[in-house]
Amino acid sequence: MTQRKILIVDDELSVRQSLEGWFREDGFAVEIAEDGKAALAKMHQGPFDIVIVDLKMPGMDGIELQKRVREIDPHAAIIILTAYASVETAVEALKLGAYDYVTKPVDPDDLSHLVGNILKQRALAEENVRLKEFTTLCNTAPIVGASAPMRHVFDLVDSVAETDSTVVIRGESGTGKELVARAIHERSRRRFFPIVAVNAGSLAESLLESELFGHEKGAFTGAQYRRKGKLELADGGTLFLDEIGDITAKTQVDLLRVLETKRFTRVGGNREIESDFRLICATNKHLEKLVEVGTFREDLYYRINVFGIDVPPLRDRRDDIIPLAEFFVEKYARAMGRDRKPLAPETVELLERYRWPGNVRELENAVERAMVIGREGAIVPADLPLQLERQVVPADTSLAAVEKQHIERVLQEAGGNVTRSAKILGIDRATLYNKVRRYGIKR
Amino acid sequence: MIHLALLNGYRPAWVDALGDGIRDVLPGPVRDREMRLDFGPAFAPDRGQYHATFLLGALLRTLPAPEDKVLGVTAVDLFVPVLTFVFGQAQLAGSAAVLSTCRLQNEFYGLAPDEGLLLERAIKEAVHELGHAHGLVHCPDYRCVMHASTHVEDVDLKGAAYCGGCGSALERSASDAGA
Repeated sequence: MTQRKILIVDDELSVRQSLEGWFREDGFAVEIAEDGKAALAKMHQGPFDIVIVDLKMPGMDGIELQKRVREIDPHAAIIILTAYASVETAVEALKLGAYDYVTKPVDPDDLSHLVGNILKQRALAEENVRLKEFTTLCNTAPIVGASAPMRHVFDLVDSVAETDSTVVIRGESGTGKELVARAIHERSRRRFFPIVAVNAGSLAESLLESELFGHEKGAFTGAQYRRKGKLELADGGTLFLDEIGDITAKTQVDLLRVLETKRFTRVGGNREIESDFRLICATNKHLEKLVEVGTFREDLYYRINVFGIDVPPLRDRRDDIIPLAEFFVEKYARAMGRDRKPLAPETVELLERYRWPGNVRELENAVERAMVIGREGAIVPADLPLQLERQVVPADTSLAAVEKQHIERVLQEAGGNVTRSAKILGIDRATLYNKVRRYGIKR
Repeated sequence: MIHLALLNGYRPAWVDALGDGIRDVLPGPVRDREMRLDFGPAFAPDRGQYHATFLLGALLRTLPAPEDKVLGVTAVDLFVPVLTFVFGQAQLAGSAAVLSTCRLQNEFYGLAPDEGLLLERAIKEAVHELGHAHGLVHCPDYRCVMHASTHVEDVDLKGAAYCGGCGSALERSASDAGA
């Protein structure tokens, strides 16, 4: 079990010494400080479970110190030490978030109970965090796919999971690269620790740096609190770095150094932090080409490109489209509290023919939309986004049939307004009337 | 060697039994001797109690050999600043400890005297403070003598021996000191 840490702040030497001895006998790692300034310096050196603060001290008093301690570490439990005369101020301290106050001299039994309660609460809070992480792991979405290309991906996942090698997952947007990363993590010895995902492509350089390495309070404008970075959070587990092909030259250098030493400092800090994490990267870019043109460091490329997995686009694993669609129907039916809907035969045909440029993500969005707007019964093509229907034209369709279908859709979108529909179609109203009559279109 | 220092004329009838009780669980010989210390600087008139840390400091100066331990035994009520009282105090992983029988007596709580119970409590607290002097910290096992006691009832509840974990730690500490 980790040794609990306590900081005792009191201007009286005898009080500091007696509490220090008492807590050391209780198995605590104890630090002492004679005033607010020394206490804040200690706070910057490391987190404390409990901070005991004397209310009346020369210079910075206990109330002010409490505020400053909270800014550095909002999780530390603060106990205010006070004389009888200042109980009202102690109550003010409670309003400001102190855990409790004790009057001097303290009954050892009261102090023991107070500290015991704090530790129990902290243990419960920590257990809660661990359980939530574990629940998240258990609830991770499965990868759906029985096609030959996906079976190959599963084989690769199984081969590499138990090793601690860095993995690069390549694939178009929406193919499920993060799911593959999570599958590797869940099958690895690191599965009881978190997998922490960072999307490098969505963040500006300075934000990504802070996101990865964390920052100290005051490191930059707006850095009001110390913040742990994703590298630190991934200690023991896996760091999933998405869109690695998009990171800037400076972040590439920083990342390379971390990968080599597994040590780093927070932005604006000077204390080295160690983190034992496994790196899984993903990209939709051609990293080799980026190396060739000089936008991606060759040394970083070789450092991360230990084991590669290519996730095929959905159009190359058409056997998976319908099982995936059914999986998403089930998922959204449960989420929306509705009955599971079947896919109408023409919907199946449409889904299987479409090219899915947005891959699985696009399919999921299409099914979600259909579940939201669809009426009773099966999911029909009209429930799907329009671009699906527009793009899917069977090769054996005649020009007249395509024209009829298109006029029907435009009329539907224009609410049956012939003038507006003719304008959209780029023909005059008389021509549109003729076509409507010829094709037997009902308005 | 453990020196049982009977302070300023305090010599309870059961002092031999206290030595035997300590000998049962701690290695090495136990020898008792009477000792006079200047209690004056330790006295806090506003509290009517004696500062345990002052007594520890005075006891340390009487230590015959650095590898020895000294346990002062007194009937006066002890305190450390900030706490209302202590049953005893020890130098963690050090050489000195002090024990007060004041709050171990039934009379302190308005009950009839019970010499047997007092001896039992004194043995437990003596072994507890000497455990601290050997570097042991409080133990979560309520049966272990190193379990923290802030009430005399806690003292009655726990045993007079070290649990497996504390016993092993004590052996390591003793062998390190021997080495």
